[in-house]
Amino acid sequence: MEAEIILMEEVHKVYRTGSTEVNALDGINLKVCEGEFLAIMGPSGSGKSTLMNIIGCLDVPTSGKYFLKGKEIEKMGDEELAYIRNREIGFVFQNFNLLSRTDALSNVELPLIYAKIPKKERRERAFEALKKVGIEGRAKHMPSELSGGEQQRVAIARALVTNPSIILADEPTGNLDTKSSEDIMAIFDKLNSEGNTIILVTHEPDIAKHAKRLVRLRDGKIIEDKLQ
Amino acid sequence: MIFFENFKIALKAIFSNKMRSILTTIGIIIGVGAVVGVVAIVQGLSHMISQELQGVGATYIIVFPEHDPNNPEFSGKDIRITMEDAREIEKYASAVEYLTPIIWRAGYIHSQGRKWSGFYIGVNENYPYIVNHYVEKGRFITKEDIEGRKKVAVIGRTLVKELKLSPDPIGKEVVVQGNPLTVVGVMEKKGQMFGNDQDSVLILPYTTAQVIFGEISSRQMRLDIKAKSPEVAELAKEQIREVLRKTHKIPEGKPEDFRIMLQEEILSTVSKILGSITLVVAAVVGISLLVGGVGIMNIMLVSVTERTKEIGLRKAVGARKKDILIQFLIEAVTLSLVGGVIGIGFGFLLGMGGAKLIPNFPSAHVPLWAIGLALSFAGAVGVFFGIYPAYKASSLHPIEALRYE
Repeated sequence: MEAEIILMEEVHKVYRTGSTEVNALDGINLKVCEGEFLAIMGPSGSGKSTLMNIIGCLDVPTSGKYFLKGKEIEKMGDEELAYIRNREIGFVFQNFNLLSRTDALSNVELPLIYAKIPKKERRERAFEALKKVGIEGRAKHMPSELSGGEQQRVAIARALVTNPSIILADEPTGNLDTKSSEDIMAIFDKLNSEGNTIILVTHEPDIAKHAKRLVRLRDGKIIEDKLQ
Repeated sequence: MIFFENFKIALKAIFSNKMRSILTTIGIIIGVGAVVGVVAIVQGLSHMISQELQGVGATYIIVFPEHDPNNPEFSGKDIRITMEDAREIEKYASAVEYLTPIIWRAGYIHSQGRKWSGFYIGVNENYPYIVNHYVEKGRFITKEDIEGRKKVAVIGRTLVKELKLSPDPIGKEVVVQGNPLTVVGVMEKKGQMFGNDQDSVLILPYTTAQVIFGEISSRQMRLDIKAKSPEVAELAKEQIREVLRKTHKIPEGKPEDFRIMLQEEILSTVSKILGSITLVVAAVVGISLLVGGVGIMNIMLVSVTERTKEIGLRKAVGARKKDILIQFLIEAVTLSLVGGVIGIGFGFLLGMGGAKLIPNFPSAHVPLWAIGLALSFAGAVGVFFGIYPAYKASSLHPIEALRYE
């Protein structure tokens, strides 16, 4: 049996807008083990982004329990959450979110700065990460000098560089053409085959096909959870 | 280490918005520039004055009439220090070594169709020993010159040069308000003070000065006195006071119509005046720094809004609240310090320019403490006005920040 990375028990998330309450997540039970490649699908408003944010420790549940590698997340404060985000989670966003005035290598270095890694080691590890996604030749380029696909690869390198427990990708191909999307998904496949745990949020079935397990959400509930 | 990284991030942010950064820091530049410029001029002045007064020594005393228009006791009275006063002081004040009347006027000195603006001092033969300023060529004014109201003069080096009296000015004729005077000596070089070239001086017997300049000059006469030693300077002052109260017939308990100042007191009076000038400027500068600070706060708030996404991303990859706080605080402080540094340069030029504009002003003097003070003030403004925007940045929720468009 592989080690459990994520364990969610009866997770609820309630948003209040004025006097109305919205149950963004309505009793989620989810277990993800090391090495899994999971796709979360669902129509907009189904709660997939909220789930993503909670998995990524950007937000905490209103009720229920969430264990990340055995640690109880919902009781943590800002400082501890920041630490978890830094060490355990690697984010990949739809719109890449690279720092525009900073070259590719420095962008990849960013999480290591907050991990207080010395400069020399930072450079080396950032360069290694760029190599892994096959874009080390563009290390000194600014984001504006890179294509969308290349920018997303830099973002994946940034997510990888701290050797996180999970890579969380939120619509990573949403802003890319078909060819670039295929390239990016090939990278995810490769990373998964090397043992990385990947959770992907998407609404494109073609993209979701790359994952080994599919979770469907609707109205804050899991309506389907199958291996594919 | 994070600190150093943050500093680099701040510099990058500042330099990528050069125009905006410069406009933002203008308030700080002007504030700091004003401090440094004014301090430069004021310090230059006070440096010079204290050097001058140290030159004459701690035995130097001056006596002058007290023209206080607010005091009804004195209004309408003819208040002056007379030669009678001087003689009484010489007779009864035992701690006094030398005494000279001083009749001081500014004006033109003519010679052979040339003219030069300078000043005249009517004195007696003791003058050199009192102010430590001696003749380097020829002779000084003598008792005979004074008794005979001789038309003689001792002149400074600038006059020798400007009136083309070289190589040997002794025996040449100079004209003061239509009165020809014979040059009998040249004073040694003295330099500049209060914006005056001290070597544009023409020294003449005070009796001759009274004749040339008339009644008004006697009314403005003061006495310069040298005490026998620094230890008895205070005693000399008391003796002079006693003598003058008697000669001026001032009853017990009534205020005096004259003032006696020791070198020390002159120094402290001067520094008091300069101190209050500095204070007024400090207040103006305070306002300017306040305005500058608000400018910085404003631009930092804009910067936080502009970079909301960046803040969200930094938080997503592991930045803590305090990392973001420090990043933006350092940016604000760096911005105001850059303004401070430019301001110091600007103030330096201002001081130099100011000194140049005042004719013959020697040199501006910027003490290190003024630079330190200006910089720490700029830094403090950065912290004070940067803390709110930085706090605002650090409290952004990562999800909302990432979603911000």
